[in-house]
Amino acid sequence: MTTTMKRPPYEAVVIGVSAGGMHALRAILPSLPEKFPMPVVVVQHRGPEDDGFFAQYLDQRCAVQVKEAEEKEEAAPGMVYLAPANYHLLLEDDRTFSLTMESRVRFARPSIDVLFESAADVYGSRLIGIVLTGANDDGSRGLAAIKKRGGLAIVQDPASAEVATMPRAALQAAEVDFVLPLTTIGPFLANLCKE
Amino acid sequence: MTNTTDDDKEVEDLEITLLLEGMFKRYGYDFRDYSMAHLRRRLRYRLESSSLPDMGAMLHLVLHDRSFFELLLRDLSINVTEMFRDPDIYLMIRNEIVPRLKTWPFVKIWHAGCATGEEVYSMAILLHEEGLLERCQIYATDFNQIALKKAKAGIFPLDQVRKFTSNYQKSGGRESFSDYYTADNDSVILKNWLKTRIVFADHNLVTDSVFSEMQLVVCRNVLIYFNRDLQERIFQTFYDSLCPGGFLWLGSKESLKLSAIGKRFEALFPDEKIYKRAL
Repeated sequence: MTTTMKRPPYEAVVIGVSAGGMHALRAILPSLPEKFPMPVVVVQHRGPEDDGFFAQYLDQRCAVQVKEAEEKEEAAPGMVYLAPANYHLLLEDDRTFSLTMESRVRFARPSIDVLFESAADVYGSRLIGIVLTGANDDGSRGLAAIKKRGGLAIVQDPASAEVATMPRAALQAAEVDFVLPLTTIGPFLANLCKE
Repeated sequence: MTNTTDDDKEVEDLEITLLLEGMFKRYGYDFRDYSMAHLRRRLRYRLESSSLPDMGAMLHLVLHDRSFFELLLRDLSINVTEMFRDPDIYLMIRNEIVPRLKTWPFVKIWHAGCATGEEVYSMAILLHEEGLLERCQIYATDFNQIALKKAKAGIFPLDQVRKFTSNYQKSGGRESFSDYYTADNDSVILKNWLKTRIVFADHNLVTDSVFSEMQLVVCRNVLIYFNRDLQERIFQTFYDSLCPGGFLWLGSKESLKLSAIGKRFEALFPDEKIYKRAL
């Protein structure tokens, strides 16, 4: 840990993204410093047959390590975890991951709501939830759950989103703390832990 | 949902703990070591669907009303499956594991948590095509009696047959998949002879004991719903159920990697989650 790292009042970041996600995550995740002091957990909607290529692709472009979340693995700082295709990703009280094959939630598996709601249970007010570009309303219910527990809610400015439906739905469903254009979300997170 | 503070969460967790304890004491079904995140989701779903005020009310209902308990049992068991799911792994079983199984004079296979049976029948078809079925006994078990009844019937919705057929072909199937079923208006009925080497049985992985000495244990996408302690216990059960050199086949996202008993297995095909009990 370098001396310039400050411990933020948050313990984890969850991100939900759908259509346009590849571009959006590429814009955000490379801004995070190698020792970013929180785990970042991402649900990106994708097809059931999708392999782990996307994690590898992002990992090569980020200072933080990017990988697919594994069953019972502990969520660690300085790591970005992607939900594997065709499974829901949940967080347990001991900060380990669970995967389930429960049916699709509003057409999605992995579902953003499922991750967000379980993370809200675990981290309470010490959680940041971010909803990015997408063509459905997944994440709205989850972001509202994060707010209910006193967490921080961020939504990508619909004007800067490849597809504005998902951020718009989130803005309607939850009292959002920050609406940020895509390019500022990464620096915003990085600044949380800078002196 | 009134889940707003840490305090509320503490109370809800306590209620859930009592609910699980109540279900175990009253009905003998033990969900106490299931994944808490999964339980919360499923129980909250039931809370909303049945318009109950809180988990405490649910506890009362479950203790007094067996039909509500059965509803909850259905909520808590996930039966997502298909024939030849992960066909590339079936291909590997066919090419790599079956030849090894053939070295035993008689082969016993335990399919633990078989749900509605699709993968059990897949295994029977594969063994038949490899000329091994006649020397096999397959035990297919589940705690969910509704699922088990469906498994025994071997009748599946017609709209799934396209997926099953495509999986079968990718899994290295040697015949025409349609040889194995007859179809009516809305379902496919698997041929009865496929059942001759299968025994379906009510068995609860969590509360019931070791089965018998097996050459292969198949348990896919069951353990993901358990917490780590329970996973460890079940891995021990599998270890005890396997003959030396026997095989354990887990779900695509399950692994012995983080488990203490993992050392007593050889990761034969770790990507495909096929393990071998040490000799």
